[in-house]
Amino acid sequence: MSLTVRFAHRFGDFSLDVAFQAPAGVTALSGRSGSGKTSVINAVAGLIRPDAGRIQLGETVLFDAERRISVPVHRRRLGYVFQEGRLFPHLSVRQNLNYGRWFAPRSPGESFDHVVGMLGIDGLLERRPGGLSGGEKQRVAIGRALLANPRLLLMDEPLAALDEERKAEILPYLERLRGETDIPILYVSHSMAEVARLATTLVLMDKGQVIRSGPAHEVLSDPENVPALGIRAAGASLQAIVAAQAEDGLTRLEASAGPLFLPHVDASLGARLSIRILAQDVILSRTRPEGLSALNILPATVMAVRLGEGPGAIIQLRAGDDLLLARITRRSALALELAPGAACFAVLKSVAVAQSEVGGAG
Amino acid sequence: MLDGLPGGLTFTLTPDEWRAVALSLKVSVWATLVSLPFGVAVAYVLARYEFWGKQALNGLVHLPLILPPVVTGYILLMTFGRKGFVGGLLDQYLGIVLAFRWTGAALAAAVMAFPLMVRAIRLAIEAVDPKLEQAASTLGASRAWVFATVTLPLILPGVIAGAILAFAKAMGEFGATITFVSNIPGQTQTLPSAIYSFLQVPGGDAQAARLVLIAVAIALLALLLSEWIGRAVARRIAGS
Repeated sequence: MSLTVRFAHRFGDFSLDVAFQAPAGVTALSGRSGSGKTSVINAVAGLIRPDAGRIQLGETVLFDAERRISVPVHRRRLGYVFQEGRLFPHLSVRQNLNYGRWFAPRSPGESFDHVVGMLGIDGLLERRPGGLSGGEKQRVAIGRALLANPRLLLMDEPLAALDEERKAEILPYLERLRGETDIPILYVSHSMAEVARLATTLVLMDKGQVIRSGPAHEVLSDPENVPALGIRAAGASLQAIVAAQAEDGLTRLEASAGPLFLPHVDASLGARLSIRILAQDVILSRTRPEGLSALNILPATVMAVRLGEGPGAIIQLRAGDDLLLARITRRSALALELAPGAACFAVLKSVAVAQSEVGGAG
Repeated sequence: MLDGLPGGLTFTLTPDEWRAVALSLKVSVWATLVSLPFGVAVAYVLARYEFWGKQALNGLVHLPLILPPVVTGYILLMTFGRKGFVGGLLDQYLGIVLAFRWTGAALAAAVMAFPLMVRAIRLAIEAVDPKLEQAASTLGASRAWVFATVTLPLILPGVIAGAILAFAKAMGEFGATITFVSNIPGQTQTLPSAIYSFLQVPGGDAQAARLVLIAVAIALLALLLSEWIGRAVARRIAGS
């Protein structure tokens, strides 16, 4: 099932005009704060009624301004996970989880035990939301949305209110969810790390407009999008398979371009992982460097060079089957004569890859 | 039962006094229960909606609070009396007569207590985060279900507080009641009217004092009850 969104809406002097497709999988809506991301999912949810346009989920028209169709919020069959959880304080966790099921049509949706097990909230069922930690609340909120048997999941920065530890606790559940469900998930986030880990499709927004949309790995590895993503957050993902756990605490992974050594990655042998490499953590060399402490040296070919307005440059590389981004100085780019087609080596420090950048491949 | 109190006070009530106490309780309970759904509805509308004439509705609800009670009683008599516009229709088509009956006393008490009830409930509704109601609607609950399963349970302490406040006000209502339904023993003579009557008779002070003590006791009991219920409900909602 796929979600088609095309609408325009004015709020005072801010105008929103968007069009994109969200296929099954996670579609991330990303962009700076104030770019209109939350308004987009609120329009899909029916909490905002756009001035013009059409929103369609599979064969069902949710909203059509011309035909004066606007399905009421409670009949849209959504699961909406809000930034602040919004659990009902007077109901137990179990009652919160079951809330949507009172209204959902009886059909073989997600089973209660399966969702509770997947989210690891079995031990909380008889408690009240007031006594839960932020991470627990958010997992219950996700479970509540899933159990409403939705045809579309909407998530508005579900991890934004949590600290890094809690984020790391919930991200694996979201990855599992992406793998296990075939309903479209619209995921609003301004965190590139989250987007890179979860998104299969990426919609980049700025000032109420969609500036780029497409498969996430393409959008993220395109140097032209770096200004919109933010240069510090720019980076592309490598696909790799866990090959060995070395005795010195390193994990050897096989990427298509060669072996990668990372600080211990907690995954079983043979697991496919997606590793996000920040553009600023990549060093380029025209010859294979020797006598270097960095363990990861991948042969690569320059695909594109984007000189920025400042002293920096972004180089897009192909390493095996994967695309990488490297952020270097304009001076180095000129000195090394990096031009499309040039062969070079991408050097990555093992310890530069944070644990949070390693996720299950989608 | 409490014989030997100073001034020859005894707590064996005469049948007339009992009747006044019982009538007052009946009038106040009915006034509270019947007006409660209306109170919740009006409070909800005032708290959650913006519409043309909202200030007029708000003013109308509060009118009994600021008008002299005698004026309210007079307006009730003009409207709901047998010759009044509404009262005439009620009498003619439904055979319901309010003037000079205990039902009329209940109406007067309800009208006088209504602003207090609405204020308490409205405050409780305004304290409920509309985002919770929004979340419920995204989960498939229609507006009525959202109200029944989210809003109402969350405002329950406020509703109870409003109801008990209204009950206490109804117990003490005097001016509008005596104007609208007079002071007929066994029919419309509520506790305050009875106290007033005893004070008009030479030597009635002792009887009046006994009723005053009962009035004080009922008011205190209502207050304690509301505190206790309110706390129990709040505890249940917070879930600790």
